[in-house]
Amino acid sequence: MADKAASRAVADRLYAAFLKAGAVPVEADILQPAEVLLDLYGEDIRARAYVTQDPLRGEMMLRPDFTVPVVREHMAHGAEPARYAYRGEVFRKQEHVSERKSEYFQVGFEIFDRDNPSAADAEVFALFAGLLAPAGLRAATGDMAILMAAVRGLKTLDSRKAALLRHVWRPARFTRLLERFGGLVPPPESRQRLLEGTGMLPAPLVGLRGEAEIAARIAVIRADAAAPPISAEEVGLIEDLLNLSGPSPEALTRLRMLQHGLPAIGPAVDLMEARLEALAARGIAVAALDFEASHGRTTLEYYDGFVFSFHAADPALPPVASGGRYDALTAVLGQGRSIPAVGGVIRPGLLADLGGARC
Amino acid sequence: MLKLGVPSKGRLMEQCFDWFAARGVRLARSGSDREYAGAVDGVEGVELVLLSAGEIPRELSAGRIHLGVTGSDLIRDKLADWSTQVAELAPMGFGHADLVIAVPAAWVDVSTLDDLDAVAAAFRQAHGQRLRIATKYHRLVRDFLTWHEIADYQLVDSQGATEGTVKNLTAEAIADITSSGETLRANHLKILDDGLVHQSQATLFAARAADWTGAAAAAYQALAARLGTAPRPF
Repeated sequence: MADKAASRAVADRLYAAFLKAGAVPVEADILQPAEVLLDLYGEDIRARAYVTQDPLRGEMMLRPDFTVPVVREHMAHGAEPARYAYRGEVFRKQEHVSERKSEYFQVGFEIFDRDNPSAADAEVFALFAGLLAPAGLRAATGDMAILMAAVRGLKTLDSRKAALLRHVWRPARFTRLLERFGGLVPPPESRQRLLEGTGMLPAPLVGLRGEAEIAARIAVIRADAAAPPISAEEVGLIEDLLNLSGPSPEALTRLRMLQHGLPAIGPAVDLMEARLEALAARGIAVAALDFEASHGRTTLEYYDGFVFSFHAADPALPPVASGGRYDALTAVLGQGRSIPAVGGVIRPGLLADLGGARC
Repeated sequence: MLKLGVPSKGRLMEQCFDWFAARGVRLARSGSDREYAGAVDGVEGVELVLLSAGEIPRELSAGRIHLGVTGSDLIRDKLADWSTQVAELAPMGFGHADLVIAVPAAWVDVSTLDDLDAVAAAFRQAHGQRLRIATKYHRLVRDFLTWHEIADYQLVDSQGATEGTVKNLTAEAIADITSSGETLRANHLKILDDGLVHQSQATLFAARAADWTGAAAAAYQALAARLGTAPRPF
């Protein structure tokens, strides 16, 4: 494996290239407040990030990525539009014995721009593709916005759509919910008992969750039980969408066909088409660029649009580079303000291992 | 010498001694009741080390003892990737306890993990914080909830009287050990239908990091013949 000096040398070259592409340097503290990251990623991040105790500031984490601190920095002090570059170590706890490193460099590039999302997507991807070209990696792309638009457009209860959207990044639970809402799997026996019950509480209520909250959820459950299932046709269309993969132009044609049954995906597919044109204009061979509609569903949960990754031939290796669009994240961290954002990171250590010293 | 670590007090120690005695190996505390040293009769070359059950996983991990008796829950919770660090030689049939997820019994709308997940989302919206689950078994519970793709919860640490945390408003749900469920009922809590995280029992473990050459290997073979465990620990 590449030593630190070799990784740093590759990192420096990539960083210089990002600055040349118009990025402003941005720094991030290694110690990040744990609460922000936990609220964003959930408790799972504890298994992946080092948590430490600061005597005054409480729980802190060794930064597991740069995206959150960079977004926070931009929301607090940034001017628009902005391009940022950063480099440094990130820390990922490994809970299983493996070759995976728990400390490695990342070099990143982010664009915050309201005007033309397709152009910004293409700019980031083309920049990465150009820098990584000597390493001969395989690129894969996807678009979470299409799947999310499809869910929002389902002809069913808002409560079901909200539940599906919340779990769009957890594939197994998403599928289970879809099967449940589609009437393919019967509700558990306990659900029937609840519907037939009086709603009387069988024991003294303890804890912070109040009676009104219980009543509200029972109302949601009753509405759900009374509503017709999501149609078999719509369930089938969502499944077709999840399984859709192929070279980008073919994927686009098939998405246009799915659009007849899922008209809500229209605007998101238009954006994808505009992005492909912008990529082609930047010299990317889109005819050979893979598109997978499910790409990005198992990564950290904040991408909500274009997603991409660059992989080595060995499937056991983590991606050499990855990124995507995270418009909603800026709203979560911006306390009421938001700005469309897209970016990505490269792992220079992996690149050095692959003989990508030329990159 | 082959070092055997067993719990240093209480019912767990007595049951452990009984288990070995039934297999022709007599363990005993030496000297006074207060001295944490022991003796082994029936097999040559085995040294008894009396330890707190909670420290046995760490001692096994470090290889400072060759064999150790402790709860299977403690091994899974305290050791990352536990099966790469210790081998399970024999479940011993006592010290049974279930690690379960429990919620207020008054939550008529919650019976399954799916319900808990849905309630966690609503709770976060209503209260602006993630639903709190009190436990001392952080790794086991987190792995379980991650595996089941539960979101919007947080684990809060509780080293004792965990069943009381809900009433005290420091948690909305708990994950704790129970054998009869009586304490849960007394605190107005109920177990989720699919909320069984782990069924624990006292288990004899072997440490992969210990030195198994020479006298320790010979002593283990003699002991294994009595205990009926595999002739090699790994």
